[in-house]
Amino acid sequence: MVRLPAEWFHELPGPVFGRVPVLARDADLTLQHEGQPLGERIVVSGRVVDSDGHPVRHTLVEVWQANAAGRYVDPVDDHPAPLDPNFTGAGRCLTDGEGRYRFVTVKPGAYPWRNDENAWRPAHIHFSVFGASLASRLVTQMYFPGDPLMALDPILQSIPDERGRDLLVATLDLALTEPEWALGYRWDITLRGRNATPREL
Amino acid sequence: MPRRESSRLSEKRVPTPSQTVGPFFGYALPFEGGHEAASGAAALRIEGQLLDGGGEPVPDGLLELWAGQQFARCRTDSEGLFHVTVAKPASGDEAPHLDVTVFARGLLRHLATRIYFPDEAAANATDRILNLVDPARRHTLIAHAEGAVLRFDIRLQGESETVFFAL
Repeated sequence: MVRLPAEWFHELPGPVFGRVPVLARDADLTLQHEGQPLGERIVVSGRVVDSDGHPVRHTLVEVWQANAAGRYVDPVDDHPAPLDPNFTGAGRCLTDGEGRYRFVTVKPGAYPWRNDENAWRPAHIHFSVFGASLASRLVTQMYFPGDPLMALDPILQSIPDERGRDLLVATLDLALTEPEWALGYRWDITLRGRNATPREL
Repeated sequence: MPRRESSRLSEKRVPTPSQTVGPFFGYALPFEGGHEAASGAAALRIEGQLLDGGGEPVPDGLLELWAGQQFARCRTDSEGLFHVTVAKPASGDEAPHLDVTVFARGLLRHLATRIYFPDEAAANATDRILNLVDPARRHTLIAHAEGAVLRFDIRLQGESETVFFAL
């Protein structure tokens, strides 16, 4: 790896994701088909900030996930769990003027991934976030609190520091819950800021 | 509520850790026309192959290319091949180049590299970023012409590993 001079980060143009189409319905993964998907309906929402503490406004957030049975629409996925004709599992939105994003979806199921015998991924949602510069680009995964599979997951455990792993776990947030409709999970995201490139945990 | 939140946000924060893009992004991240950042007379086709440390194709990689206002995203196919069309960026303080990010199932964090142009020898020779790179490895960052297209292979590991930049 070649380390770049610090000022390089300031001179980058912001990522230009304007060609990626973002429609209003893209933020509600339960409304993309004729019927309602099966599964536990949830709201996932939070704030995107940078490591200098500034909100990351109007940036693109993309998500993708398995359905409630633990199966992806992707043709590469051959796990013998049912597809849901009412669920694709992909969404996009832009953060608002305060860096907030919000998705409505269903809670993804755990699934086996054959890394070794009887290896299961904990429930997770994949996130892709752009931010203000090339250095802020982030692709990661969000997990659900209390999932016992997290301790057994080599992908989550690839982060050596427990505090780093904790940053990937959402919080059940009654304030985000829609009563009689959907549970709410809060998950904030911190991108690398322009004034510093702090180490990840 | 706003006050409390803003005081908390003013602190330095630890960046959220990266995780692998995994194998199942293909239905979600690629978008219509994503590999065509430019069209018409200015469009230049860049082709390449994403290869692992053993020289084997990486069939489920995702590439993003940036240059000024241009953005392209494409996935690799079953042979690790990809192609994009871009307009060659103008010269600025640096030699013309494209920034490239590489995502793949085996990468915990994406990689960053650059594509420079073979017909810019003079600008490349004085480019401050290329000059940070071991002269023996600079060639891994320069595309080469194959007829009307440019060829740029990306080797994730091994003897002729592409130069990647720590972001």
